[in-house]
Amino acid sequence: MIIDILSGLLLACGGLLGVIGGIGIHRFPDFYSRLHAVGTTDTLCAILIILGLILQTGLTLDAFKLLLILFFLFFTSPVASHALANAAMHGGLKPWLSNAEIKK
Amino acid sequence: MYIVVTIAILITMALALARALLGPTVYDRISAVNMFGTKTVLLIAVFAFFSGRTDLLDIALVYALINFIGVVAVLRLVQYGDFHSSAKTSTKTGKINSE
Amino acid sequence: MKIFSFGALLFVLWILLSGKFSLLLLSLGGGSVVLTLIIAKRMNVIDHESYPVHLYAKFPAFFIYIMVEIIKSNFVMIKRILKLGKIDISPQLVNIPVSQKTDLGRVIYANSITLTPGTVSIELDPDWVTVHALTKEGADDLLEGSMARKIPDQGVEK
Repeated sequence: MIIDILSGLLLACGGLLGVIGGIGIHRFPDFYSRLHAVGTTDTLCAILIILGLILQTGLTLDAFKLLLILFFLFFTSPVASHALANAAMHGGLKPWLSNAEIKK
Repeated sequence: MYIVVTIAILITMALALARALLGPTVYDRISAVNMFGTKTVLLIAVFAFFSGRTDLLDIALVYALINFIGVVAVLRLVQYGDFHSSAKTSTKTGKINSE
Repeated sequence: MKIFSFGALLFVLWILLSGKFSLLLLSLGGGSVVLTLIIAKRMNVIDHESYPVHLYAKFPAFFIYIMVEIIKSNFVMIKRILKLGKIDISPQLVNIPVSQKTDLGRVIYANSITLTPGTVSIELDPDWVTVHALTKEGADDLLEGSMARKIPDQGVEK
């Protein structure tokens, strides 16, 4: 019973965070700041939802598969963000900055 | 509970799709598609429990991998114009020169 | 030696993913493990970098630290996204010095930067990493360098 409530809470938080991230990519002004909104909320949203599902299954093989999904998402999400930022920078997309020059 | 989460994920996917259609630069579109893919993985996982068919988790696992590889491949295509121009492949040996 | 433990790990993964113990499935699993090991051996990818046994002891503490950082960064992000009116950001590009000695340590550092408070690593060089920070505080935190000290980084130098 307590586990049900806890897992429902985690799932709800995850869904809410996803929607907030979706709003974020429409409110931020340029590509790089949108990347922040996607990158940070995506990871925690996945963690919360999958933890919620794991609480539902208990200690089974399904829980292991969910953990594996989480593991992949956890490692591929920052790599994809970095690859996107790097490609955009090399493609000549200038970020909108508040300090003009690169600090060394 | 599952139905609420499913609806939330679907709303997020709609927002990401809107960004992919609107996005001023190609990188905006790719990042929106990346987000869309991550949410698809979560949607499949939630749906597996929603419908009680936990075999679907395997599909979610495979989708997580394909999504990442697909995004990186599309980025490479955008960056170089084709898939092999940055590393010279000599046709005789098939080995890749690393310079 | 490493190749045998890697094979055992792959076989355990097979059993956990299939969940069945019939002779046919187990032998199919054994066959695919052997095939994978032959290909990995030919490609020469089993080394201290792709299979970092020497770092496993340090990962749990680092994992907890990075989890706390992710949750903190998400609260900051939610506040910025949901703030009504004009969006309150001041994007910065900064170069952060990288002190890690091994390639693996540098990659873990860059990925941790991407995961935590409003910062995305754009370019990774041997000595510094270019970071796009959403706010000035995020950039200052990184320049101060409390995260760099927590990265698991040891082992064979190249």
